[in-house]
Amino acid sequence: MSTIEDAVRSFLGQFVSDPDVEGDHDLFSSGMVNSLFAMQLVLFVEKQYGITVANEDLDYENFKSVNAIVGFIQSKQ
Amino acid sequence: MDFDLTTEQSRAKSEFRQWVEQCVVPVADANDNREQTPPELIAEIAANGYLGALVAKEYGGRGMDALTWGLLCEEVGRGSASLLSLLTVHGMVIQSLAKWGTLAQRERWLPKLATGATVGAFGLTEPNIGSDAKNIESTAVLQADGTYLLNAEKRWISFGASADLVLVIAKVGDKATAFLVERGMPGFSIEPIRGMLGFRSANIARLLMRDVIIPAQNIVGKVGFGFSHIAGTALDHGRYCVGWGCVGLAQAALDAALSYSGERYQFEVTLNKHQLIQEMLAEMIVNVKAARMLNYHAAFLKDRGDPSLIMETSMAKYFASRVASQAANAAVQIHGANGCSSDYPVQRYFRDAKIMEIIEGSNQMQQIIIAKSGYQQHLVNKRAARRSAAEGEGR
Ligand SMILES: Cc1cc2nc3c(=O)[nH]c(=O)nc-3n(C[C@H](O)[C@H](O)[C@H](O)COP(=O)(O)OP(=O)(O)OC[C@H]3O[C@@H](n4cnc5c(N)ncnc54)[C@H](O)[C@@H]3O)c2cc1C
Repeated sequence: MSTIEDAVRSFLGQFVSDPDVEGDHDLFSSGMVNSLFAMQLVLFVEKQYGITVANEDLDYENFKSVNAIVGFIQSKQ
Repeated sequence: MDFDLTTEQSRAKSEFRQWVEQCVVPVADANDNREQTPPELIAEIAANGYLGALVAKEYGGRGMDALTWGLLCEEVGRGSASLLSLLTVHGMVIQSLAKWGTLAQRERWLPKLATGATVGAFGLTEPNIGSDAKNIESTAVLQADGTYLLNAEKRWISFGASADLVLVIAKVGDKATAFLVERGMPGFSIEPIRGMLGFRSANIARLLMRDVIIPAQNIVGKVGFGFSHIAGTALDHGRYCVGWGCVGLAQAALDAALSYSGERYQFEVTLNKHQLIQEMLAEMIVNVKAARMLNYHAAFLKDRGDPSLIMETSMAKYFASRVASQAANAAVQIHGANGCSSDYPVQRYFRDAKIMEIIEGSNQMQQIIIAKSGYQQHLVNKRAARRSAAEGEGR
């Protein structure tokens, strides 16, 4: 497991009962997370990786699953 | 966590306090009676740079840190909850644009929002939809020329009657989207609402948008991100601002109660010599301190950009609004009939405090997310304990 994935899963573990979901499992459409999670995720990515998430990054494909989030972070580094 | 204010923060706090004492407190009851914040007071708050408090210096704002901004909200909330709501909603537009606006939107609007040349408001609530905000009924339909046709009715919009620019959440198909609606756009009308219980001088309005043509460049963020990210940013800011404002409101109620109970005689001693009155005062004193601490904690997390700030801000707003309500209630009780009259401001605190428990996510909505988050934290702790026990056994 990559360290980014570890960190993402550990962060996710604060909000869902099963942070060990499949990497491609859709976190939002499955209703696993509440409406506050989107902004909590933005803050996590920004603080942990020194990335700024901005207008052009607002793409569902960047946030929808563990794999998507990991890919997004990697693409920004 | 450091509770000491820096020299600059202390200086700012005295500046805010002095301004509120001189310019807000003397007119707050009259504005409440008149059900209006006059444009001159909006101009004055703008002239001090308070409307641009959160705008970065490069765009002409004061670029305040989270704690200094909180101290401003506390002081303004102490003077007038209605005026605080101008800082709240104007700031919601600023924060949304600063975070999610395009460069062109930031360059166009932030300098004007900073000076108050443009006053902002936030339109989410509708006649049929309040707490269940994901299910708003306002619609925006993409047209062949790339513009959007907006049809919306937004209710209870603070400073809607004064706003030049409203951040409106509507649905494009099933996707919540944030639009900048400008005063004067054809089909956009504003009707002031009178007769509210509290926030009477918050220039509240009903906003009607009938076939308003919105250019695509007035979308903030992207289609589908209007609720989760744009309203998410705005509402987090709103809760933060209201949390601090409630501390100010509760402090005002406490100050009034301390003053009155030290001067009014009944049974040949001042009220504050009666132990039942002391109980109320003690509750108020400790609760106001506790509410302030929760808000300091939220400020500390906000200045660090910590993800936990969202839940901590929700808790601070929830607790502080309850404290404001209880404190204002006790202040009216301590004032007796005087407290029920327009001769004393405690009746205004009492009415405004009730509103604080409803706006920016009602207290029931806060309870739901706080309880869920608490249980989630419990599961996280349990998992961690299980893991460390398993590691212990493996050793
Ligand atoms: C003075 C004032 C200023 C405002 N300014 C603005 C503004 O600037 N912009 C804006 O968009 N809106 C504004 N609002 C609207 C405000 O955000 C809403 O009033 C609030 O979100 C609650 O919605 P509602 O009034 O429709 O109540 P409802 O959602 O209809 O709720 C009614 C009651 O039921 C409770 N309730 C609802 N669902 C549940 C549940 N699942 N479980 C338990 N209890 C529940 C609520 O807590 C509430 O007590 C303002 C309101 C006021 C009073």
